[in-house]
Amino acid sequence: MLQVAGLECVRGERRLFHELQFELCPGQCLHIAGDNGAGKTSLLRILAGLLAPTAGTVRWRGAEIGATREEYGSELAFVGHLNGIKEELTVLENVRFEAAVRGADASEPAAMGALQRLGLQEYADRFGRHLSQGQKRRVALARLCAAPSVPLWILDEPFNALDTGAIDTLYGVIAAQLARGGMVVLTVHQKIDLPPATRRLELSGGAGL
Amino acid sequence: MTGALLAMVRRDLLLALRQRGDVLNVLLFFVVVVTMVPLGVGPELSVLRMIGAGTVWVAALLASIVSLARMFAQDYADGSLEQMMLAGQPASVIVIGKILAHWLVTGAPITLAAIPIAVMFDLGVDPAATLVASLALGTPALSLVGAVGAALTLGLRGGGVLVTLLVLPLTVPILIFGAAAVEATAGGLSPAPDLLLLAGLSLGSAALAPWAIATALRISLE
Repeated sequence: MLQVAGLECVRGERRLFHELQFELCPGQCLHIAGDNGAGKTSLLRILAGLLAPTAGTVRWRGAEIGATREEYGSELAFVGHLNGIKEELTVLENVRFEAAVRGADASEPAAMGALQRLGLQEYADRFGRHLSQGQKRRVALARLCAAPSVPLWILDEPFNALDTGAIDTLYGVIAAQLARGGMVVLTVHQKIDLPPATRRLELSGGAGL
Repeated sequence: MTGALLAMVRRDLLLALRQRGDVLNVLLFFVVVVTMVPLGVGPELSVLRMIGAGTVWVAALLASIVSLARMFAQDYADGSLEQMMLAGQPASVIVIGKILAHWLVTGAPITLAAIPIAVMFDLGVDPAATLVASLALGTPALSLVGAVGAALTLGLRGGGVLVTLLVLPLTVPILIFGAAAVEATAGGLSPAPDLLLLAGLSLGSAALAPWAIATALRISLE
């Protein structure tokens, strides 16, 4: 369970949000909405532990995430603005490295399974630099399928650059995660119907200090 | 944990292999600097013997600083650094893997290249062996200390200049003991004290640097 209490984020001269409070239980999806610059990405980075909040706490299973970094990281999958794939490695090498570094099954069949899920099996031996934006996005999303047992997913604009077929696939992947009791926090710009278990958190936009 | 470390080293070596030019560039820089010096000071053997070790060490130091800019920069720019920090592994394990790979593609080839270069400066067998030993013991400290600077200046504009200013003073002791070891051997003394000090510097930075680098990377990622 993810618990957020009294969260405040100040970036530069603006206070993006303050006194933010919510709780995410197994099987729930949280859609963070708001205008550009409202602090959606900052909030997701705080939840992932990449950014320290100005005030407030984020707790995972009752423990503050800053104190249990390694345990929290192993239960979290994060897809940010940057895809985090290497252009000089092939798609398969990218997926296998990520699994190996996480201590997961890094065998070729396991990696191919994840790629197949997102329709990337034909591109397995292609170098990252030869992929289109949408294909790169799908390789980044393959980390979700490579790690199905990870309970918490934090996805920043996961539908960006995807074609309609891939959007449907990703929708299915997210729905499956929720169905098995996983949790998803995401931001979405496009008009996409999210699974029924989705709550919406509107960030109203910041105020100058 | 060892699995993650090995995966990290393997990945960075594979990347170095795919971007051979960048790796060769560092080695070439080292060789070119060292071979230019005799052209500048003249072919007098006694002079070359005297300045050989110092020249090799200065070139090794500069080459390692040239290579620092790339240590974390690409991983930072394409987002793979943040993925590695969230991989559920201690950040220091990731960092040690990256430094080990960095040393294998810079420090290790420089150490090997020093063998023919020692012949070129007519150092003699014993001083040449000491030079290679001092590089083998000292270059890990160059990679470790350099990585702290690289992590601290990550994502900054003009980080390249800053990293040189930050790292250079810290690497001066390595340069002094490295050159002194060879000088001692050439003068008929034991190089052991200097070599032990170099090993101590490498071990000391191996103990402290990963922790500092991990913290610096976390700050840079904010």
